[in-house]
Amino acid sequence: MTNAYDIAHFLAGMMLVCSFTLLYQDRILAVLNTFAVQAIMLSLAVAWQGYVRNAPDLFITAAMAFGLKGIIIPVALNRMVEKLGIKRDVDQVVNVGVAMFLGLGLTSLALLLVLKVTPGAASFTREGLALALAIILLGFLQMILRRNAVTQIVGFMSIENGLILAATGARGMPLVVEVSVAFSVLIALFVFAVFLFRIRERFDSVDVESLDKVRAARAHR
Amino acid sequence: MPATVQSFIAQGAQMFFVLAIAPAVTGITRKVKARLMRRRGPSIFQPYRDLLKLVRKESVLAPNATWFFRSAPYMIFAFTWVAAALVPTLASGLMFNWAADVVALVALIGAARALLALAAMDAGTAFGGIGSSREMMIASLAEPASLLVALTIAFAAGTTRLPEVAQFLISQPIEIRVSFALAFVALVIVAMAENARIPVDNPATHLELTMVHEAMVLEYSGRHLAMIEAAGHLKLTLYISLIICLFLPFGMAPFDGSAAAWAIGIGTYLAKLVLAAVALGVWEVSIAKMRVFRMSEFLGGAFIFAFLAILLEFLSREVQR
Repeated sequence: MTNAYDIAHFLAGMMLVCSFTLLYQDRILAVLNTFAVQAIMLSLAVAWQGYVRNAPDLFITAAMAFGLKGIIIPVALNRMVEKLGIKRDVDQVVNVGVAMFLGLGLTSLALLLVLKVTPGAASFTREGLALALAIILLGFLQMILRRNAVTQIVGFMSIENGLILAATGARGMPLVVEVSVAFSVLIALFVFAVFLFRIRERFDSVDVESLDKVRAARAHR
Repeated sequence: MPATVQSFIAQGAQMFFVLAIAPAVTGITRKVKARLMRRRGPSIFQPYRDLLKLVRKESVLAPNATWFFRSAPYMIFAFTWVAAALVPTLASGLMFNWAADVVALVALIGAARALLALAAMDAGTAFGGIGSSREMMIASLAEPASLLVALTIAFAAGTTRLPEVAQFLISQPIEIRVSFALAFVALVIVAMAENARIPVDNPATHLELTMVHEAMVLEYSGRHLAMIEAAGHLKLTLYISLIICLFLPFGMAPFDGSAAAWAIGIGTYLAKLVLAAVALGVWEVSIAKMRVFRMSEFLGGAFIFAFLAILLEFLSREVQR
């Protein structure tokens, strides 16, 4: 079964590469496309796990990941970006190089930590957990380092990708939980959309730094 | 015939083979580029004619050029040739196998580059200085990435010696290795930066905004320029051979193999070389030159890829143990 492991490793590794690409990209549409690629990699990884472990319920998870996150959410975000008219470059709080080094540090941390705490587990589980933790931390980093609200949403969604990867690696969570999580993410997207349009109505931009100014003004009052 | 003599001859054969085909590799790339731009392009043997012409011409020196300026081209050529001859191309198990270390290769190339940058500043013109500073910036970004690629390969194969790495990779069953894919991308980016190929530098123009390599060699003429040009061709062949050796080593002959094995070794190597040259030409036509200030991001990408490669290699090794 070395090949089975290799393919799982490849797919999860490509998800990690996508996480780094999310951090690297400075165009909003490129970020959305990368996110879609990551979700498709996730669905392939989950489907592969389902095939290797003979667990048909994982195929449903894979289909949901593909449909919701590979197609629906990117398309919805694309439309939002078009409506908001923010196709130009998005800026990061720090420059790309620093972001990359932070990302590398977080990835190394995640791998070392998971390898330390799961010595007895099966190789699929350790591998999935380690890469998933790295993807989750990179998603957090993406949310912290971006100024634009849309790219922060993408960071949030990529955290969710990491969570699903961890869940399938660790012998799966029940399908009911899975479905409810998927739909809550979809609902979160609607909430985000409403917030986005409200923020923009108020400040004429989706740069979340303008929120800080409001807070400062309130504090002074 | 004793084995040492045989391997000495094989090593020598490889050395002169690399030297002989290097200009043709550049020629093929130029021809492909020209054809894709709907020009006819010079013959693929034009680089040989250029070299011959340059050797016959008088070389003009700046009045304040020192001995270093005159001797640097020969040293650069020698360093690059030694490096190119060390990479196993046709066969493995050659005489100087013990020296064909990736780290040594990086050091040899680095020494050649340092000489070029120093010599460029020797004549005291502004262009030499700007070329040297840019070259050093690119080198400082590309070298860590190339060393990390070397470490990834060494981590997988257990050695940094190229012939042993190639032997190890040939003996392995074919697998999907994401770390090797990432290392491959990183090494290709590094190779483009080091050889002054298009996203980083365009050696075909003399435009001061973008010049890197050309700015450094502007002061050279005649046989000195011929040496520098030949070193450039050799360096391109060296990097292509390195990529072939690390990622596509199949078909390589052992030095004491039969004539048929050697024929297969030469055939596959030439085929891979031509393929790489054509791919390089297609790539160069299809993208645009980058701004100098974007270089750090581009080469930083190579560093990230190499680092991720080593992390993933480490992970899969730890997990599978």
